[in-house]
Amino acid sequence: MPKDDSLIIDGHPYTSRLLVGTGKYKDFEETQTAIEASGAQIVTVAIRRTNIGQEKGEKNLLDYIPPDKYTLLPNTAGCYDADSAIRTCRLARELLDGHDLVKLEVLGDEKTLFPDVPATLQAAETLVKEGFKVMVYTNDDPIMAKRFEELGCIAVMPLAAPIGSGLGIRNPYNIRTIVENASVPILVDAGVGTASDAAIAMELGCDGVLMNTAIAEAKDPVLMASAMKKGIEAGREAYLAGRMPRRAYASASSPIDGAFF
Amino acid sequence: MQVTINGETRNLPEKITVNDLLNEMKIEGKIAIELNQEILPRSQFSEYQINPGDTLEIVHAIGGG
Repeated sequence: MPKDDSLIIDGHPYTSRLLVGTGKYKDFEETQTAIEASGAQIVTVAIRRTNIGQEKGEKNLLDYIPPDKYTLLPNTAGCYDADSAIRTCRLARELLDGHDLVKLEVLGDEKTLFPDVPATLQAAETLVKEGFKVMVYTNDDPIMAKRFEELGCIAVMPLAAPIGSGLGIRNPYNIRTIVENASVPILVDAGVGTASDAAIAMELGCDGVLMNTAIAEAKDPVLMASAMKKGIEAGREAYLAGRMPRRAYASASSPIDGAFF
Repeated sequence: MQVTINGETRNLPEKITVNDLLNEMKIEGKIAIELNQEILPRSQFSEYQINPGDTLEIVHAIGGG
């Protein structure tokens, strides 16, 4: 890997190009171990109501994923309108002492969890004006990706396939076009199922991949986290190395000259 | 007085501050509060006296993707 091949998000260099979620794990210990194995440095969290009357000393996610060790990326998961997404981001910024990096998602429906793009645009516009550093989840639509960039989003995160589906990169041509057009980091967010999917995203030239379910719902999440780390690294190196051209017919690997037969 | 906290209607004594409320409800750890759809900065928890009809959302970070 080239020495200076860092992912730059909001001016900060990250050696890992894998971003991971913290949902769907068995417990906080498993979350912590899997995230360690993934090598991820940016970790998403959700913002939800506290349980009123919780036991004193009840465990908190942030005890396991400390903000001084990881860059926390609060998301707006579960928001179906711009207003609730904006309010969630404001709460997240207050919760994390002014940390203004957020993952914006405004969802369209529960069956597909596809983004409501007009509502996402509306939310992004307000959040950018309020000084948030917005990493935005959107469709694999090159025109919209560019629109989000022009709006001031610091990263655009097209889906590979529906959230939690594990279907892999459904439209590599669109992802490649988005990457080619972009001057902000492009990260595939959602749809990755296994390590080869992550490698393909990186071979397409994506700057990173954000995933949760592919790790958390693996039979062995910690082992899959490690596999994803390697998939991301392999895909990145392959992208930088530049693959050989595809040919319709064979091309012998051993020279013909000097054959004794 | 009646207030709404995390979507539930509750009866609270008069002149209670947000800090009192958090102690009363045994809420500790890292939280953020929205009061009537505006952020209530942590620095104001000890001063702000809850008014009848206030709507509070008390949130924390949980696992998510």
